[in-house]
Amino acid sequence: MNALAARRRHPAAIAILLMLGLLVTGFAYAAVAPQPAKAESSSAEDVAAGKQLFQANCASCHGVNAEGRATGNGDKIAGPALAGVGAAAVDFQMGTGRMPMRAPAVQAPRGQVQFTQDQIDQVGAYIASLAPGPAVPSEEDVDASKGDPAKGGELFRVNCAMCHNFAGSGGALTRGKYAPSLMGVESKHIYEAMETGPQSMPVFNDGNIAPEDKRDVIAFLKSVEDTPQQGGHALGSLGPVTEGWFAWFFGLGILIAAAVWLGQKSA
Amino acid sequence: MSTDTFPAGRPADRLRDGDQPADRAPSAAARKAGGVAGWIDDRTGSAKGVNYLLRKVFPDHWSFMLGEIAMYSLIICLISGALLTLWFVPSAGHTIYDGSYVPLRGQQMSEAYASTLNISFDVRGGLIVRQIHHWAALMFIVGLTVHMFRVFFTGAFRKPRELNWVIGTVLALLAAIEGFAGYSLPDDLLSGTGIRAMEGFVQTAPVIGSYLAYGIFGGPFPGEAIIPRLYSAHVLLLPAILVGLFTAHIVLVAVQKHTQFPGPGRTNDNVVGYRVMPVYAAKAGGFFFIVFGVIALISALFTINPIWAYGPYDPSPVTAGSQPDWYMGAYDGALRLLPGWLEFSFLGFTMSLNIALGALVLLPLVYIVVGVYPFVERWVTGDDREHHLLDRPRNNPTRTGIGMAGIVAYSVFMFAAGNDIMAIKLGMSINDITWAFRIGLFVLPPLTFWVTKRICLSLQRRDRDLALHARESGRIIRGADGSFHERHDALTDHERWILVQHEPVEPLQLTPDVDENGVARPAARKDRLRAKVSHFYFKDAVNPVTPAELAAAHHDGHQAEAIEAPFDYEGIEGDSDHTPGTGGQGADTDAGRSEAAERGIGSASRLRE
Repeated sequence: MNALAARRRHPAAIAILLMLGLLVTGFAYAAVAPQPAKAESSSAEDVAAGKQLFQANCASCHGVNAEGRATGNGDKIAGPALAGVGAAAVDFQMGTGRMPMRAPAVQAPRGQVQFTQDQIDQVGAYIASLAPGPAVPSEEDVDASKGDPAKGGELFRVNCAMCHNFAGSGGALTRGKYAPSLMGVESKHIYEAMETGPQSMPVFNDGNIAPEDKRDVIAFLKSVEDTPQQGGHALGSLGPVTEGWFAWFFGLGILIAAAVWLGQKSA
Repeated sequence: MSTDTFPAGRPADRLRDGDQPADRAPSAAARKAGGVAGWIDDRTGSAKGVNYLLRKVFPDHWSFMLGEIAMYSLIICLISGALLTLWFVPSAGHTIYDGSYVPLRGQQMSEAYASTLNISFDVRGGLIVRQIHHWAALMFIVGLTVHMFRVFFTGAFRKPRELNWVIGTVLALLAAIEGFAGYSLPDDLLSGTGIRAMEGFVQTAPVIGSYLAYGIFGGPFPGEAIIPRLYSAHVLLLPAILVGLFTAHIVLVAVQKHTQFPGPGRTNDNVVGYRVMPVYAAKAGGFFFIVFGVIALISALFTINPIWAYGPYDPSPVTAGSQPDWYMGAYDGALRLLPGWLEFSFLGFTMSLNIALGALVLLPLVYIVVGVYPFVERWVTGDDREHHLLDRPRNNPTRTGIGMAGIVAYSVFMFAAGNDIMAIKLGMSINDITWAFRIGLFVLPPLTFWVTKRICLSLQRRDRDLALHARESGRIIRGADGSFHERHDALTDHERWILVQHEPVEPLQLTPDVDENGVARPAARKDRLRAKVSHFYFKDAVNPVTPAELAAAHHDGHQAEAIEAPFDYEGIEGDSDHTPGTGGQGADTDAGRSEAAERGIGSASRLRE
């Protein structure tokens, strides 16, 4: 300590301190910084097979090299460029049957899945080989049983409920777009949607919602699916509109039928 | 009564005609009941009043029971609400939930929300009482709304019942406010959003808005004062006023007597029906249990307001599908329809008319328009007589049209509140739906008025046709002279009475602007307006068949059409399938109605008051 103290006025001290400061900051940043998007390692054969599948099924809208295509009608695009969207986006879009899109529309609806999981993975490998992007999450990342549904519920209400409704029943967006129902969606796809922000959805990357928090959200949605309907039939979990509709049509209908019946029962 | 017990077998029995039979001794149970009743009567003098009530005569019609749906739902709300107060904690104090609903365990929330979760999941039978309370509240307002429809379309609001109509209107408004206060209490995400919206509405009041909002919330939103304040309004203040006004409403019905639909033997001076005891005590009492049973069944099978799914209130999140209960929907819908450019700056104040018009203006406006209508109609008709006989809705086409147009306008607002649910369920664009409602708001009510009025007029013409020519039987009869005619089945007197009983109407005639001395009358301008409105109401009135017309139709066959001509309308003129013939028409149907004979009709078993 004494030796250090004696040399504190050494001309090199300032330079050494500066170096130390930079190194500490750099390492500290590297330790806590958001992880850069990681490309999943995959074999060259997968990439080649994926490229073939891509060119056969996706290129008409997304371009032969996934560079995106314009329709030629104003600034409308046929399909966006896909470099950097990652295997997660491919797995979500193709794994839920949204892609290949059946018809031009404001939004790609869920549909029949057109490819096997292996084929989807191959296309994912090809897209990931173009530029790094989010990878398909691991089994553990999306295991609802490891999440906390109460915390997930809170995160869901703050981040998701304004579009997807309090029970994940879905909601309307502008001009015919919509936030789809989240009931019956695979955990993996929920995670990927948060990570890649498909269609009108914002991106909730690991900086917004940490991977464990994403798992909590999944746990909450699965708990909504699994818990019994405590109050009876939930009428679609759509809130007071369906309740009012039910009161008018069924409640009043039954009571008027009873009144007519009583009115006819003359003494 | 007197002769029944003495068989008239022997001649000597005649001597006993008119004898009073000895009263049978009352049973022991009846003596006991009588003793109790006597004891009470000796001390309260209530026998007279109870006798009056039990002997009241009520007419029979299913639509007269719509108000009972509201009344019974209110009673169910009071009973179930009293139970809920035993466990509900009206406090915005913070707590951490550790009850049995796992998906919320460990969450921060208000005590109001935690206690509502507790009622739903940990109090035995709590959830069904909560759901009964809420479903009954919806049915209460549904019931009173359709009751108002019935009263409106049958003209039951006319003198002497205008005041009761106004009381009913105030009841309807208070019921909606009571409902709002109630569903805001659990402090879940949806109701908190509703309170936030309410705060926004209050703030849009020009100049005083922000002060008023601070006053209501005891500081900035949300604060801790609003839950206890809403609670005292919901369980104390509003129910007291509701029950008080409701009692006045019922007392007035008893005092003014119930209206009745027109029919043989029913006049403005009697009520034809059954007495409360025993018929209506059984019917109405039974109906209470039917209403309670249906509401309990719905509550057991269908979720309402799943507050556990909404989560605790937190001012930052909001959920898709945030709507109020249906009776507040129209005002939410108005906000969705009003264009944004109605918010502007004026002398340094922000005027949020895009919100104020829908929230602060429309809500009272609906009830003011409804409450004022009887007085408007009285001014137009100048009719100062009492009316105890109801109008058939078709017999006042303009009023029926106005009512339907009002319902449609209200419904457009109400359905607009569900535009996002429609968009997602029907796969349409929310923008297109909103525009359709905006256009519909201006197009549909006049269209509905016109269509309804035309339907009413057509029904009236059909009634006239039926009264004049009875039913075509489809049987062709060949006369002795070789002519053919179709036999028309006669109407019974009862059937015809319903078709012809209403009063003929015509627009008020404009009196000259100057009196006989050439001096301008000061009232002339008002009269001109009144004549104009009267013309709007009654210009194309279809008046009932007169006895003279009926007689002419029967005796003169085709020449009857000439008598009808002044009232004539497109459809009836070319009535060529109706063959004249002296032997035909007149022989099959009864002669024209005689005023006196009609009055006398009425089954002997029915009672009059």
